[in-house]
Amino acid sequence: MLEVRGIQTFYGNIQALKSVSLSIREGEIVTLIGANGAGKSTTLMSICGVTPPRHGEILFRGQPIHRLGAEKIVTLGICQVPEGRHIFPQMSVLENLEMGAYLRQDKAAIKADVDEVFERFPILGKRRQQAGGTLSGGEQQMLAISRALLARPTLLLLDEPSLGLAPLIIKQIFEIIRKINAESNTTVFLVEQNANQALKIAHRGYVMENGAITLEDRADNLLSNEEVKKAYLGI
Amino acid sequence: MDSEYFFELLCGGLVKGSIYALIALGYTMVYGIIQLINFAHGEIYMIGAFVAFIVSGVLTLTGYGGPTVLLLAAVIAIIYAAAYGYTLEKIAYRPLRAAPRLSPLISAIGASIFLTNYVQLAQTPDFLPFPELITDFDFMEPFSRYVSSVDLVILVVTTLTMIALTVLIKYTRVGKAMRATQQDAVMARLVGINVDRVISATFIIGSALAAIAGVLIASRTGQINSAIGFMAGIKAFTAAVLGGIGNIPGAVLGGLVLGIAETLGAGYISSAYEDVFAFGLLVLILVLRPAGLLGKAVKQKV
Repeated sequence: MLEVRGIQTFYGNIQALKSVSLSIREGEIVTLIGANGAGKSTTLMSICGVTPPRHGEILFRGQPIHRLGAEKIVTLGICQVPEGRHIFPQMSVLENLEMGAYLRQDKAAIKADVDEVFERFPILGKRRQQAGGTLSGGEQQMLAISRALLARPTLLLLDEPSLGLAPLIIKQIFEIIRKINAESNTTVFLVEQNANQALKIAHRGYVMENGAITLEDRADNLLSNEEVKKAYLGI
Repeated sequence: MDSEYFFELLCGGLVKGSIYALIALGYTMVYGIIQLINFAHGEIYMIGAFVAFIVSGVLTLTGYGGPTVLLLAAVIAIIYAAAYGYTLEKIAYRPLRAAPRLSPLISAIGASIFLTNYVQLAQTPDFLPFPELITDFDFMEPFSRYVSSVDLVILVVTTLTMIALTVLIKYTRVGKAMRATQQDAVMARLVGINVDRVISATFIIGSALAAIAGVLIASRTGQINSAIGFMAGIKAFTAAVLGGIGNIPGAVLGGLVLGIAETLGAGYISSAYEDVFAFGLLVLILVLRPAGLLGKAVKQKV
């Protein structure tokens, strides 16, 4: 579904990605784990076209997308929930959700999807007129994921969805991600520092270090890999 | 110092303030989206007034007159100013989008100087008499001490314009895209908003508002020249900062407060110090409330 081939991304003169290659197949949950500053978020932003790669190519369903603008890439069904959730702070919960459906024209279906979100997360329904910036971290994460789903993505990119949340909420969030993948057949690419949880729900995983992929395997293999255990699982 | 005199000054201040507010909206909207003080915004206002002057001059020569001419002149002024605003952003600011913040600011000052001199060379540096297009309404006769017919038109037009702008920003697709871009530009791109287009739209809308202000003020003062953009621009910028730059209701409030303070100061103390009151107020607000009157109204949890 998604093929990333040797992309190199720069911020000015600083090279953030040295040569990243990875592939994601339809229906999978693939995770990318690694330390702070390894280039995980940059990888996602490169896929989304926000920080386009200088070299290399990205293919989505066989078509090159690395020269398209961010707003074009969204139309292909690739949506990102960025790190830090990026809720529009002064917009209401409802408006935030509607922004997720910015490119859609089917008003009735959008409304049905919004209602479904409120059914799945009653707390968001209760706060629908409240400004997004006033929600708690967990609520914001639910809103951020729901907002991305309103674009009806076929490939959902999640950047550190567990960051800064309480353990109980983290469990919930990972359960939601697993459900989204299982129920609506949405392919998920999950970037996480919480390697343990991420590898538990993922099918496959990549390990990233200093802007390059250093390891790739099935998730259960990575969970039992001695090096991964030592470096990322704290065992 | 009777209350009638006070009321008279208050009305005058309100009229002045609503014009400041109209121009301040352009500053604050642009700042909200790209964090740039568009110093050439005052020149867009001046160009709006000039286009209205030329159009109404031509139309008056052909025998038309009155409100129809004003309306037509205003519409053409709006279109021209919007085109200037759009082009200004494309030429002077867009190439510097990734540059340090100081660079587009210098470019803005350059654009301002360029536009002033361009109009001065292409037209004239002299003051030009702006035709009286708003004739006195009969029903305004009893109130004419406080509010002239021109002032009434100014108040009505600015109020309607601000209502229209509010509706545009709150409910339309482009308005929502503008708010989203202002609050989080990266996320706006991630939901599929074309940020370049939103920025263009912001310049077009802000310039249109400035053109409306230009036509209105020219009708009130009865004369224009190529340098009127500078002071109007500085005052409106002051109004925007006063209200909290980037905050749209703040720009309106800042404009009104500035206009009223200036007029009261001029009326009770000395009209020679009119500008001193305006900028003194700015200093005062910046010392006491650096974010402006309405700055940072909503807190964000992290």
